[in-house]
This record gives sequence, C-alpha cells and structure tokens, in this order.
Amino acid sequence: MPETYFEAINLGKTYKTPSGDAVIVKGFDLKMQKGEFVCVLGHSGCGKSTVLSMVAGLNDISEGSVLLDHKEIEGAGPDRGVVFQSPCLLPWMTTWDNVMLGVEQVYFHATQEERNQIVEYYLNAVGLHGAKDKRPSELSGGMRQRVGLARAFALSPKMLLLDEPFGMLDKLTKFELQQVLIDLWNRERLTAMMITHDVDEAIYLADRVVMMTNGPAARVGEIVKIDFERPRDRRDIMSDPRYLEYREQLISFLEERVYQMDEAA
Amino acid sequence: MNGAVVDTTTAPPEGAVKAKKSKFTYNPNRVAHTLNKLGLGYFSPFARLIGKDEPAKQLREIALNTLLPIVAFAGFVIAWAVLAKAVQTDSVQIPSPHQAWYALTGTAIPAFSHPFPESIEGLEAPYFADNDGMDPKSINGFAQAEKLAEKEYMISQQERVDKFLARSEEAAAEGDTEKAAKYKENSEMFASKTYQGNKTFYDQIWISLLTVAIGFIVATVVAVPIGVLCGISPMFNIAMNPLIQLFKPVSPLAWFPIVFVFTTWGIATPPSDSIWQRALFTSAGVVMLCSLWPTLINTAVGVASVDKDHLNVAKVLKLGWAKRIGKIVLPASLPLIFTGLRLSIGVGWMVLIAADMMAQNQGLGKFVWDMYQNGDTMSTAQIIVAVFVIGAIGFFLDRIMLVCQRLVTFEEQNI
Ligand SMILES: Nc1ncnc2c1ncn2[C@@H]1O[C@H](COP(=O)(O)OP(=O)(O)OP(=O)(O)O)[C@@H](O)[C@H]1O
Ligand SMILES: [Mg+2]
Repeated sequence: MPETYFEAINLGKTYKTPSGDAVIVKGFDLKMQKGEFVCVLGHSGCGKSTVLSMVAGLNDISEGSVLLDHKEIEGAGPDRGVVFQSPCLLPWMTTWDNVMLGVEQVYFHATQEERNQIVEYYLNAVGLHGAKDKRPSELSGGMRQRVGLARAFALSPKMLLLDEPFGMLDKLTKFELQQVLIDLWNRERLTAMMITHDVDEAIYLADRVVMMTNGPAARVGEIVKIDFERPRDRRDIMSDPRYLEYREQLISFLEERVYQMDEAA
Repeated sequence: MNGAVVDTTTAPPEGAVKAKKSKFTYNPNRVAHTLNKLGLGYFSPFARLIGKDEPAKQLREIALNTLLPIVAFAGFVIAWAVLAKAVQTDSVQIPSPHQAWYALTGTAIPAFSHPFPESIEGLEAPYFADNDGMDPKSINGFAQAEKLAEKEYMISQQERVDKFLARSEEAAAEGDTEKAAKYKENSEMFASKTYQGNKTFYDQIWISLLTVAIGFIVATVVAVPIGVLCGISPMFNIAMNPLIQLFKPVSPLAWFPIVFVFTTWGIATPPSDSIWQRALFTSAGVVMLCSLWPTLINTAVGVASVDKDHLNVAKVLKLGWAKRIGKIVLPASLPLIFTGLRLSIGVGWMVLIAADMMAQNQGLGKFVWDMYQNGDTMSTAQIIVAVFVIGAIGFFLDRIMLVCQRLVTFEEQNI
C-alpha cells in the first residue's frame, strides 16, 4: 500500500450569515497518493470551490485539517500551484513576466540564467514560446489558460489545484488544453486535484473521480477508480467498453444517488 | 476559378513594381490610432483624410469638430465686443477684443480704428519704431523692449570688459604686474554681470509652470504613499479620514498665511537675482496643500479595490510586502492614481493664480495682480490675455496627464 501524500481530514466550512450559520462543507475526508490525479465532480454550488480554496489556503478552514507531505497546511504558499477558471494573469505584465514572478519566488537561490531556462522550458511546454512578450489582453482565452498552466507548473509545487480550468473554453480549445495539461503532468507526475463539470474530462484525466454530495454540508459521496493505463489515448479509451461503464456510474450518481444520499443524511 | 486565371494573365507589370517599391506605406488607421492615444484625437480625421480613408466621412467629421467650435468662438467674440461697448464707466471699462489683441501684440489690426487712440496722441508715425513697431506697454512690446535693453546692456558691458582687458595688457607690457592683475580682475567682474531686467509675461509663465511643477511633485510624493497606506490598512484609513475630510475643502487663501510662516522659518533669504525666491516656495506650498487630496483619495480607492484574484496571486506566491506593492498593488491601481494626478494638476493650476497673488510670486498671478493695480483699460486688456493663456495652459496640462493616464491603463482581461 503506497503511503498517503495528501489528506483532508474532517474538513468543514461554515459561513456566518445574517440568517444563521451556513454549513457549506462538513466532514470532507479524502486521501491521495503522491502523483495521483483526482477529479472532483458535483452539482453547481455544492462546495467544490470552497474545498479547493481551503486546500489552497486562500479560504480559512472552519473545521478539520489538511495534511500535505506530512505537514499541516497553513495559509497559501507556492508549494500548491493553483489554476482558476479565469487564469488571473496580471494584465500589466507580459506572459514571460507572469511566469517569472513565481519562478523568482520559488527559485530565489538560483541564478538568473537558471530561472530563464525554467520559464523558457514551461512556456515551450505549453506551446507559447512565440507569445512570451505579449500581454494577457493580446492573448486568446485558450492562450491565457496555457500561461496559467505554465505558471502553476513552473513553481514545481507539491500539489496542483485546478478549479474548472477549462470551463470557459470552447470544446476544441478544451481538448487542446487537456492535452497540454496531461502531457505536462505525464512528465512531472504532480499530485493534482481538479474540479470539473465535465464527466468525459474527468474520465480522461483522472486516476480517481471523487463525487461530492449536494450541499448544505457537502462531503465525499462516491469515488470511482478509473483504471485506464497511462499514457492514455483519447480515442482508445472512448472505444473501451469500460468507458461507458464509468460514464454510467458517474452520471447515475449525479442524477439519482446523490439525492438518495441527501435524504439519508 | 475564372477570376484567378484572368488575374494572373492581365496583371499590369507596373503594379508589381509599385508593390515592391512602397515598403513604407502610410497606414491612416495606425496614425489615427496613435493620435488618439496621444490625446490628439482631434487630428485623427485629418490623418485619415490624408490616407484617403472614407474621405466623405472624414470631411463631415472635420466640419463638425473644427467648424462648429470656430463658429461658437466667433459668436463669443462678437458677444464680447457688444458687451465691451455696453459695460463702460468713467473710470473702468471692459476691453474690447481688439484692445485685448493690442494688449498682447502691441500692434493694431489695420482694418479697424486704433483701439487705444489716446496712447498714440501726439506721436509721429511710425509709432514706436525703436521697439520694432510694438507698443512697449503691451505684453509682446514689453518683452521686446526688455530684450533690446538686455542687448544694449550686454554690449556696454562687453565694451567695459574690453577696455579693462586692454588696460591690463598695457600694464603687463609696462611690467606693472600688480596693476595688470587689478585690471584683469575688473574685466572679469564686468564679464560676470548679467542683466537684471523686469520679468516679462513669458518669464512669468515659466515661473508659474515651475511653481506648479514643484507643488505638484511634492504633492504626489506625499499623497501616493499615504494613499497606498490608506488603501492597504483600514485602520490607517480610519485614522486619516477625519484629517482628509477636514483639510480637503480649505481654500488656498486660508492656507497661504500658514505656509508663509513655514517658508519664512525654513528658507533662508536667497539672493535677489535667484529664481528660487521664498515666494515661489510659498506659492508651491499652497499649490501642494490644495492639490494633494484628489491623488490621495484616488490612490486609496485604487489600492483598496485591487482585484481579489490579483491579490490571491500574491498570496499563493508568498510575495513579500515590497514585491506585493511594487508588482501587484501599485500597477493595479495606477489607472486610478493617474486619474487622481490629473485632477490634482487641474486643482493645482487653478489655485496657483491665487497663491501667486498672495505670495507675490513672480508668476502669472503676480502679473494679474499688478495689472489690476494699474487699473487702466490697457491693463485690464492684458488680464484678459492672461485669462486665455491660463486657460490654454491648464488645458495642455490636462492633456498631458490624460496621455499618461492612457499609457498606464491596461486592458482588463474579461475571461
Ligand atoms: N462568503 C460566503 N458566505 C456565504 N455563503 C457562501 C460564501 N461563499 C460561498 N458561499 C456559498 O457556498 C456554496 C458553495 O460555493 P462553491 O463556490 O464552493 O460551489 P461550487 O461547487 O464551486 O459551485 P460551482 O460548480 O458553481 O463552481 C454556495 O452555495 C455559495 O452560495
Ligand atoms: Mg466553483
């Protein structure tokens, strides 16, 4: 049994609202091995982003704790690279500078030459070398998200956190970027947690798909293990009989069992 | 299919030559865009017209943007002329447009009767010939007279220098080194002298600009850091707020005596020929105190409303405070800071005239004040010229700030 690298223990989030406490997430437990890719599925508003931002340290934890590499996380830090739905690039900086900003922070002991090489490597990896002097306003949505990916990977984080990174892209661009992501991931095998609304995306990318129950007090509902060996080929797995099985399992949970679990709770 | 065939066979050979030759092409669109960015959008229809980009539309635009204001201005001048005829007492009168023109240039427009008939009474034509034909009481005439006086002064100084040099050489030839050194010293003394004339209107414009620049720069240096602190720390903001609200509406006239105390205390009396007079700093201090507030408030708002996503980037990267401010907070709030700066320079220029009047700084305010003390129609006409000049400079300052503002404004990404 490989050891646990990431662990969310009894994680919970409660907001104080004028009409009393709003319990958004409660008793969220999840263990991940090093180098595992987990996708989180769930209905809109159930609390997926809340969980992810707590793990990222951008949102206070109300209850429970998060362990990463045997240490409890405290606040945000560059050991967890985050990619949001909107890439949040700094509009006054070029592509290069946006990536370099993080690299300078993490590789503060490296020489400028080494840092340049790192930035160069990741911009090449996401296919953006020609756009390194462009500003975000000059880039298309897909290109911006490529910068977002390069920026997160360039930190060499212990864990990668992605919140619907391709949610705003058209289908074709989405496929391209899934490829960029999984190619990069195949090289580095970072432990990754990714939120998505797209069942096919989850099956293509994930080792395990975690499905959350509906809020309030959302938690982990079911977990489906995706057993396709890597590297995966999109067409191969789509013609695999297991593909439909997984799909059926995920969709039926989201359409039926999630409601039964709510009633049981 | 067919079209392509026809194209290749009948393409005129000159066309190919032309395409090769004109590597540099006039791109009206790009020129117009650049003009817009520089705050000179007014000229972009002309640029497009030169490039033959929809000429009819450009002509309409030019007619609208140029003719209409000209017509309005002409209407204003006519109304002014009528008013000038009507508003007259025994002692004062509103100068006519022609009188204002004369007050600036020192020459009458030949088509009209002389605007100041009494001033040329008893004078033989050509009037004021030794001042290049300009009335020395007018703005340009006075400047010209000063220039001529300076020239004369320099010539007479040079004569003295030459005289003493000659004597010095003479003495040296006679072997009297002591005398030679003394004459030499004399010549150097005369060579170092500069003309101490009166300040002309144009000198005063420069002094005003210098004063407002000092006041504005100091105001910026003070306001931006305080504004950043207010934006970052709600506690500091709460602490500062009463002070800001209290001092923001205070008139420059009220600030003057207080600033005066400070400059009298803090600045040693400079030599009289220096431009760094105490009055200049007093005036700049008043400008600074009045123009501080828009920058301060806009900076605070800009810093406080930095996009949360951008701050999250700083959090994830664990940026230190210096980098957080330098790389995230300041760039993100620059557009608002520059909005504040633009307002500030407008306020500064506006209060400058009053500050100059009170402080007796040798700027445009002093000019207006002196002319007001003279009280005659010629002087009032010069004040009118000053009003136009003050307005025009204020407009240019605003344009410059607008361009700066455009340069720092980044296009927000909306994905
Ligand atoms: N500051 C807050 N105060 C109160 N409730 C909040 C606050 N922030 C978020 N919520 C609530 O928390 C719930 C979960 O939000 P969250 O963004 O985590 O959902 P999500 O699963 O990511 O949804 P989506 O799939 O649409 O992104 C929502 O119902 C939201 O209304
Ligand atoms: Mg979300």
